[in-house]
Amino acid sequence: MAKAGDKSGGSGKKGLKRKASTEEAQETAVGDDGTTESGVQSPKTAAFPPGFSISEIKNKQRRHLMFTRWKQQQRKEKLAAKKKLKKEREALGDKAPPKPVPKTIDNQRVYDETIVDPNDEEVAYDEATDEFASYFNRQTSPKILITTSDRPHGRTVRLCEQLSTVIPNSHVYYRRGLALKKIIPQCISRDFTDLIVINEDRKMPNGLILSHLPNGPTAHFKMSSVRLRKEIKRRGKDPTEHIPEIILNNFTTRLGHSIGRMFASLFPHNPQFIGRQVATFHNQRDYIFFRFHRYIFKSEKKVGIQELGPRFTLKLRSLQKGTFDSKYGEYEWVHKPREMDTSRRKFHL
Amino acid sequence: MAAAAARWNHVWVGTDTGILKGVNLQRKQAANFTASGQPRREEAVSALCWGAGGETQILVGCADGTVKHFSTEEGRFQGQRQCPGGEGTFRGLAQVDGTLITCVDSGILRVWHDKDREASSDPLLELRVGPGVCRMRQDPARPHIVATGGKENALKVWDLQGSEEPLFRAKNVRNDWLDLRVPIWDQDIQFLPESQKLVTCTGYHQVRVYDPASPQRRPVLEATYGEYPLTAMTLTPEGNSVIVGNTHGQLAEIDLRQGRLLGCLKGLAGSVRGLQCHPSKPLLASCGLDRVLRIHRIRNPRGLEHKVYLKSQLNCLLLSGRDNWEDEPQEPQEPNKVPSEDTETDELWASLEAAAKRKLPDWEQTQGVLQARRRKKKRPGSTSS
Repeated sequence: MAKAGDKSGGSGKKGLKRKASTEEAQETAVGDDGTTESGVQSPKTAAFPPGFSISEIKNKQRRHLMFTRWKQQQRKEKLAAKKKLKKEREALGDKAPPKPVPKTIDNQRVYDETIVDPNDEEVAYDEATDEFASYFNRQTSPKILITTSDRPHGRTVRLCEQLSTVIPNSHVYYRRGLALKKIIPQCISRDFTDLIVINEDRKMPNGLILSHLPNGPTAHFKMSSVRLRKEIKRRGKDPTEHIPEIILNNFTTRLGHSIGRMFASLFPHNPQFIGRQVATFHNQRDYIFFRFHRYIFKSEKKVGIQELGPRFTLKLRSLQKGTFDSKYGEYEWVHKPREMDTSRRKFHL
Repeated sequence: MAAAAARWNHVWVGTDTGILKGVNLQRKQAANFTASGQPRREEAVSALCWGAGGETQILVGCADGTVKHFSTEEGRFQGQRQCPGGEGTFRGLAQVDGTLITCVDSGILRVWHDKDREASSDPLLELRVGPGVCRMRQDPARPHIVATGGKENALKVWDLQGSEEPLFRAKNVRNDWLDLRVPIWDQDIQFLPESQKLVTCTGYHQVRVYDPASPQRRPVLEATYGEYPLTAMTLTPEGNSVIVGNTHGQLAEIDLRQGRLLGCLKGLAGSVRGLQCHPSKPLLASCGLDRVLRIHRIRNPRGLEHKVYLKSQLNCLLLSGRDNWEDEPQEPQEPNKVPSEDTETDELWASLEAAAKRKLPDWEQTQGVLQARRRKKKRPGSTSS
């Protein structure tokens, strides 16, 4: 009776397990004299009032015992189910239904209306006439100034040096406590196209400001996971003077396009590139991973890569229209955690 | 089709690429209108205002110094006129009694005769307002009064029919606690209804109320909000508070009786460029550099109603002030009529055979003309309702 009640009350397997455990529980509870039977004997036909759960057992040791037994049962059943499924698949062979795709956060990404359609004319016109147009029309070639916040420590200095070997035509200058708003007009007069400022906190680089110079946007990133060359395992030798190829992965939305173009404008534009070095900016879940590799094609399809160069992760904090002016500048996009980070499946880049 | 439905659009937005977008919130559609058929960055829209005759015409001020006329009835640009003089973009556009008032960045305020067929006639009136103008606003109650203000350009109220001197010239507040001069940067101006008072919002995150009727030229009330420059402002329907937006995309409602912050609206990610409240409904339209037009509900409850992604950076907007938000009360009847007339013509086709080939096209054309006439007759009725 109670068995039936249990079966109908619980759902499928859970009901069965509960029946097994409740039977044992009842045995241990009912049989005051049958204390020897507790925990050792296999479950007998015993019924329990439905709605009993292991957590209601007041004795901690017995409760723990019950729980471990239930867990083992669960694991066994799961393994059995997997084996059964596998056998069925093998038995069906080609006619087996395709494997279900597991849900990942990237799979479940909320539909973003700002994802750029390649055939969209308005967006194409917007991009063709934005601040990077002169770079993409080959009218200007990049010249980068790399500097840090004031009084940088060794790690930041070494990162700047390594970055300047990665980015061609870049120059590192010591900051000397100068205000950025005063540096920028001087850079413009000396024909620099981009300014990179690596911000440092407690002897570790933690921020990156990338400003496109004549009047272009300024992007402010949080930088994390910085690995200098000597900290990279199994790395190759130092990069050569060849101009690297660039890979921009996964910059799909309109904001992502702007940032992708900003990164692309750091490197000289040359489709017929020589050299086997490649810089990758890979965007995943709003984090941009920067890697620098050297590759070699061993055959048509096999390629070997060696990681050279520094490695770091960036997250966009704000994109400001115009050159650096954090107080009075107009922002195109500002990251607001309490408004924008409410859903785990929504990304902006 | 898009042209016919253009008059039912609720919001008109001007973009950086020169496209005028009409958004219909009921149908959730946005349509692009350009003067030359192609977007052009030189024609970036910097000012929008309603033209003469209710909300049937829009005046679009572009970055190259032209003011274009757009008809919402027909859904196309009708003409344009050059308004040269002064450097910089239009900071204010208004029209009164068949004349057009323009003000550019360098401080040249001109009144033009509004015959758009004439390419460039001399302005009727020219005033020099001072360099660095950020906004010129017309008083809706007294259309010949305008106010101007800008960066290091104090608020001035001008009477276009009066003398060359401003009616009211605001004075800067006293030096601050360090005895330093407080800088001036008036970003937006609004006239308060039923009084002579004006409200301005500044780039130094202050909201100030001036009263020309009172003896003091300094602001009567000052309130601050946030840490970033306030770029746009609008009055709420009741007239006791204003909603301001800053360069970080924060929107706040500030009470003008006490100078208190009433509440904030969230959602915007970029600098706010245009804000407008509906005159009777508690709706607020906002547009900015994040390329999205948002409609918020200001009270009961405060929140986001509509969000429309428009692919270019939005510069300014015009919210239609009409009461019936639902569109096309007449149009459902017309499709019903058309099939019935088609059946009549079908019968005619059947009866009149080869001999009447020449007559039939004429008959259909006259039918079309009659329909158009009926539509035209209905229009004055529909807009007045």
